[in-house]
Amino acid sequence: MTIDLFFQYLFAGVTYGIIYAIVAIGFNIIYNTTGIINFAQGEFVMLGGMISISLLPFVPLPVAIALAVLVTMLVGAAIEIIFIRWLDNPSVLRLIIITIALSILIREGSLHIWGESIRSLPYFYGNEISAIAIGSVRISPQVLWVIGVCGIIVLGLSLFFKTAPLGREMRACSANRTAAILCGINTRNMVTFSFMLSAAIGALAGCVMSPITYTQYDSGTPLAIKGFTVAILGGLGNSMGAVAAGILLGILEAFSISVLPLAYQDVIAIAILLIILFVRPHGLFGSSEAAGLKEF
Amino acid sequence: MKSSKFFGITILVVLVIGIQLVTKATETTYYLTQLTMSAYYGLVVIGLSVLMGYAGQISIGHAGFFAIGGYLSAALTTHNLINIETSSVVQFCKSIGITIAGTDLYGEQLLVIAPWAACIVAVLTATVIAFVLGIPVLKLKGHYLAMATLGFGIIIFRVGLASEYFGEADGISEVPGFTLLPAIAGLPALTVSGDFGNRAQNYYIAWGLLIIGMILLLNLIDSRMGRALRAIHGSEEASAAVGVNTASLKLSVFVLSAVYAALAGVFLTHYNGGIGPHEASVMKSVRYVALVAVGGMANLWGVLIMGVTLTFLSLRGVFGSYDDAVFGTILILVMLFAPDGILSIRGKAILTKLKKT
Repeated sequence: MTIDLFFQYLFAGVTYGIIYAIVAIGFNIIYNTTGIINFAQGEFVMLGGMISISLLPFVPLPVAIALAVLVTMLVGAAIEIIFIRWLDNPSVLRLIIITIALSILIREGSLHIWGESIRSLPYFYGNEISAIAIGSVRISPQVLWVIGVCGIIVLGLSLFFKTAPLGREMRACSANRTAAILCGINTRNMVTFSFMLSAAIGALAGCVMSPITYTQYDSGTPLAIKGFTVAILGGLGNSMGAVAAGILLGILEAFSISVLPLAYQDVIAIAILLIILFVRPHGLFGSSEAAGLKEF
Repeated sequence: MKSSKFFGITILVVLVIGIQLVTKATETTYYLTQLTMSAYYGLVVIGLSVLMGYAGQISIGHAGFFAIGGYLSAALTTHNLINIETSSVVQFCKSIGITIAGTDLYGEQLLVIAPWAACIVAVLTATVIAFVLGIPVLKLKGHYLAMATLGFGIIIFRVGLASEYFGEADGISEVPGFTLLPAIAGLPALTVSGDFGNRAQNYYIAWGLLIIGMILLLNLIDSRMGRALRAIHGSEEASAAVGVNTASLKLSVFVLSAVYAALAGVFLTHYNGGIGPHEASVMKSVRYVALVAVGGMANLWGVLIMGVTLTFLSLRGVFGSYDDAVFGTILILVMLFAPDGILSIRGKAILTKLKKT
């Protein structure tokens, strides 16, 4: 393998890895406030891409993306309010099945609205063949968009959770729900906010990645599985860990192509997921003591 | 308790025979095709019901076990070994008498593994995989267990889709029939195949298998083991404290349900004459979970009735292009309003509730 090819693989891996990381962060936000893994997370990403593509003929690109994020956010809120909020102390099994069913419904709904065709947003800057040279490696400007937006999301989130009153209330809710209620925090609203926030982040990711990965009605599920792998790899609930783990998985996948047939690419991610679940369920960067207190 | 079990099985047997006679009288025997397939899917679902409902362990990967059974028996009974006849493995298979020689449609020499041997290999493979997978997987709980089994299912799906041996996206077709009993003493041979002449016979084979499977499971859940399983579902810690070996029990049930799924896969593949990667897809696994949930999880009769009915309707194409959407809707409605299954809804209880308010 030449040095150039090596860097080309590396950049491809980092790009996909960052996309996985954004999906993983969506998982983490809901998990942190509720202890629920939202199996419909990948569908938020797909919805973001699809809605922005549909809006594009009518409004300029930034407006289309903003509207798509807004609509997906409302979908996230609606899901929580209609299907989860009023349940009385539901079991984990029940919540798993409900979110899986929701992902099926969103996917089937999208199939009937948008059909099976593969769509994509146009490149935000330049087009398919425009490239920026970094040394001897040429990368698409869209890759920089993906990296930039992800960086802003991670920074914005950590600022939001540290300083904003709403973010601090959500953290309180995740640290100790009963204590949060005693402090006068409406924990039910916090859960709704966490669904909205995670839907918004998923939708934004869906828009930014659409030119590179394309969007189809069923593109959510594979993303959700990779995102979940990354979330566990980085330690469930740990956003910085998710970024590191995402890049790691992306690079592993990219280099696996040079060894294994492309058809087995998904198998790599899932095999890693299984191994991590068996060996270190608290993730590469999580502490086993903290994990011991959680219910897996 | 014992008599009610006997009663249920008797009614089921009478119904099975009755339906066959009615379809014969009204000349609607084409219904038997879907009823046969529903019975095989029913076998998967009742096995999963014991795992999910009684032992409380979710599995979103049972289509994987079904596919292991189906794919292996299809591949072994279809791929011609004539070109590698001299290899030691094939020679060994020949020497222990598990190969069948013959000629294909074009008169070429054909050498394949016998269906009964392929069936044993397929089910044993599924057993071993379930055992090896179950040891680490069943230590997980909740979301992690769900994701791990889901991941297993996807790996099987991908392997089927990517390997030439399993036919890639086309799957395997022209799988021969599976002769259970050769023709003896004037009785016709008992063969699992899709021939129209064999329709009634196959209907009885499928339902016979399902009824035997049902009797075994009903006995199992009434036994000491069944009570231990329910204890695990209630609280794993508490049942371990009173001396239940939770790990080995969960593993046994996991393997048992995998065997049910693999066996169904073997039979249905011979009946359909082929298998494709969609049988291993995530949607199939989710569908099995949905059927178990609709039937009431820990309610074998409910799962059997709802599983067979809904599968039959789906196979008849009643739901049209909304098939998956219908299953998703049913799943979510049941989980929201009747987590103990549709059959648990009692009109009386709802009425008293309404009167109170």
